[in-house]
Amino acid sequence: MLDIQDLNVVFGTGRLRVEAVRNVSFTVKEGEAYGLVGESGSGKSTVLRAICGLAPITSGRVRVNGKDVTTPRTKDFYRTVQMVFQDPYASLHPRHTVDRTLSEPLAIHGEKDAEARILQALKEVGLGPSFRFRYPHQLSGGQRQRIAIARALILRPKVLLLDEPTSALDASVQAEILNLLDDLRRRLGLTYILVSHDLAVVAHLCERLLVMRHGEAVEETASDALRSGKASNEYTQSLIQASQGFTRLPSQPAPAKVG
Amino acid sequence: MTKPLLEVEDLRVRFHLRTGTVEAVRGVSFRLGRERLGIVGESGSGKSQTGRAILGLTPPPGEVTAKRLSFDGVDLLTASKRKLRELRGGRVSMVMQDPKYSLNPVMTIGEQIIEAYRAHARASHAEARDRALAMLEAVKMRDPGRVFSLYPHEVSGGMGQRAMIAMMLVTEPDLLIADEPTSALDVTVSMEVLRILDELVTERGMGLIFISHDLKLVSSFCDRVLVMYAGRVVEELEARHLRDAKHPYTQGLMRCLPTLADDVHPLPTLNRDPSWAL
Amino acid sequence: MTGTPLPSQSLTQTSGLRAWLLSPEPQSRWQARLGRGYLGWRSFSRNPLAVFGLCIVVLLILVALFADLIAPYSPVIGGDLRTQRLLPPSETFWLGTDDQARDILSRIIYGSRITLFVIVLVSIIATPIGLLVGTVSGYLGGWVDTVLMRITDIFLAFPRLVLALAFVAALGPGIENAIIAIAITSWPPYARIARAETLMIRNSDFIAAVKLQGASTPRIILGHVVPLCMSSLIVRVTLDMAGIILTAAGLGFLGLGAQPPAPEWGAMVATGRNYLIDQWWVAAMPGLAIFVVSLGFNLLGDGLRDVLDPKAAK
Repeated sequence: MLDIQDLNVVFGTGRLRVEAVRNVSFTVKEGEAYGLVGESGSGKSTVLRAICGLAPITSGRVRVNGKDVTTPRTKDFYRTVQMVFQDPYASLHPRHTVDRTLSEPLAIHGEKDAEARILQALKEVGLGPSFRFRYPHQLSGGQRQRIAIARALILRPKVLLLDEPTSALDASVQAEILNLLDDLRRRLGLTYILVSHDLAVVAHLCERLLVMRHGEAVEETASDALRSGKASNEYTQSLIQASQGFTRLPSQPAPAKVG
Repeated sequence: MTKPLLEVEDLRVRFHLRTGTVEAVRGVSFRLGRERLGIVGESGSGKSQTGRAILGLTPPPGEVTAKRLSFDGVDLLTASKRKLRELRGGRVSMVMQDPKYSLNPVMTIGEQIIEAYRAHARASHAEARDRALAMLEAVKMRDPGRVFSLYPHEVSGGMGQRAMIAMMLVTEPDLLIADEPTSALDVTVSMEVLRILDELVTERGMGLIFISHDLKLVSSFCDRVLVMYAGRVVEELEARHLRDAKHPYTQGLMRCLPTLADDVHPLPTLNRDPSWAL
Repeated sequence: MTGTPLPSQSLTQTSGLRAWLLSPEPQSRWQARLGRGYLGWRSFSRNPLAVFGLCIVVLLILVALFADLIAPYSPVIGGDLRTQRLLPPSETFWLGTDDQARDILSRIIYGSRITLFVIVLVSIIATPIGLLVGTVSGYLGGWVDTVLMRITDIFLAFPRLVLALAFVAALGPGIENAIIAIAITSWPPYARIARAETLMIRNSDFIAAVKLQGASTPRIILGHVVPLCMSSLIVRVTLDMAGIILTAAGLGFLGLGAQPPAPEWGAMVATGRNYLIDQWWVAAMPGLAIFVVSLGFNLLGDGLRDVLDPKAAK
């Protein structure tokens, strides 16, 4: 479904030149969920943006559904690939109602039957028709993210790019959104590329994943391998370690309890 | 507990808005000795407002009331503004979430630490400078001399947060309130920062209040944990006994997190019982 | 992340209409829009000075609309030149008469039409130009931005009065030319404001999201960027009204605006100048009208800013 070969993304020129992504390659099969894990500056979000055209492809190949992507992307591309952004407070237009936000993609692509499809989109993400004419400030973070997912799915894409979709949400809301994403993938046969700094989230949702650091691919592994603790790259190990929480090193004395 | 460092009884923080009164904190009580206390809650639980109320930093139109709010015997509710200023930064300090927003962007890091020190101690500029450099070393800053003259935007997030810690600990406070100190940092960097914080708190015998939304982190770092929901403390327990949590909210919160250890599909979600908010 | 519940939760729903407007679950586009407007109005009406400013503006509009019904005398036909010239304010002539024995009150009432005409036309001309130039410039960036901003700078460099003089020299005096001159010098600040707002939102996720749907640039600019610039622009335009009125009055004073016998307030002040010492009301009354209307727009603009621009609110 998705084939990335030797992707390089470079921003700026001269002194301000930044190599955000360096020679990253991976493939994603149809219906699969693939994770990109790394810390800030690893280039994981930039890879997503390069796929959908928000960042330039300096060199390398990006193929979606067997076809190379063109610059600028075609309308057909936007019907195939859609994205869900990280910050639910920034990804919805503050002055547009939910109805307007959901009907816009349909209007752009000349789709009829907007009313029915909007209601169906709301239902798919677990929101009732009463949400249709609300403004974003009348929605909670989790509800906004559901609308963002509904918006991404309303054109029935095949590939969904998820840029840290739950990082800005509370833990309890995160669980609901992760369940929703899981459910939607199975029901609609979607292909996911999930970017996150949280290993547990990626391992939960994805089968395979790529660990990135400073723009480069460090290791490609499977979530099963992570769970079973099979020996992997040192950096991956440090990420696994950090995800377990804080551990006091044996040399540090336990704090003295007073009172 | 022998004389506790901080006593909070029935703390309430209300915001009187035009559209009505919002109670952000509704009757929180706890005591703190020279230990690490974690306050965990989701957004809207009132945890940050609790920390700010202790320092008297509740933004207007907030109103803080309590049956008792005292630090080392000093009644914080009736203390004069001058007394509060002495305590703030001197004996009680606060480290906040994002150094991008909590450090003064137009002063170098060294200047800010010096300013923090001289606000509470009579010292010459040279003495203060020495103290600042010593503090930067204590937070394991590589090349403290160079970082001293850098501006906050010139350092990374982890370094900025360490600079913030240096600034807040240079006056040797008795109590440190850390409000989401690692939320804006990468996970490996936050482990480093937490290790430094851990060492400093242990060395100096400080009390620490660690406010966060991350239950796992707080329970691994702190001695005791308070779980807050809708402005109230719903559970108070020792960190190592977290698994024996009794309140359904705490249990739900723990279970709904995905972990590497188990693979649960779908994740158990929190069913919010309205009775928790009463 | 907010710690406060939605405002509507802590309100007591009283009457049916209010409840409908404040409903957290609007059933239609119009209900949602009206509800937002209602909340904005409530916020606005809490500021007594702003409401006072609004009243003045509304009064101006009503006076202009119903001038025929309100004015006691004709604004252009004077009375008896031998006995009714320069009479002080009295029961027959509330604000006195001028040197052509015309009732000053009636002239001021009819003059409000000219004032309103100038304000509305300048706004209608200058605002869209400024909006379009600013948003296109800010959104497209690059050389388009450079070229458009330099053009803006050129227009910004012209002082209004000097440009008006140039127009008058070229095209002859008259209210239409005065309006064009004022409009041409009014739009550059609007372009700057629109551009500043556009630059702030250009890289937002919601703009990226709509680009990813395949939206064309005009759709993005008109549908997504412009609505977010409107608040700042409305405030700026309202605050500018006072300046526009004064400029029109200044032009009228110089004889470049409305031509006699049109009762333009600035021209009235000019003629009253000759009689300032003994018959002060001839200049003072139209001057007072100018002052009151400018004040009204300033207060309205301040009130709107408090409502529309939460960052600048007290």
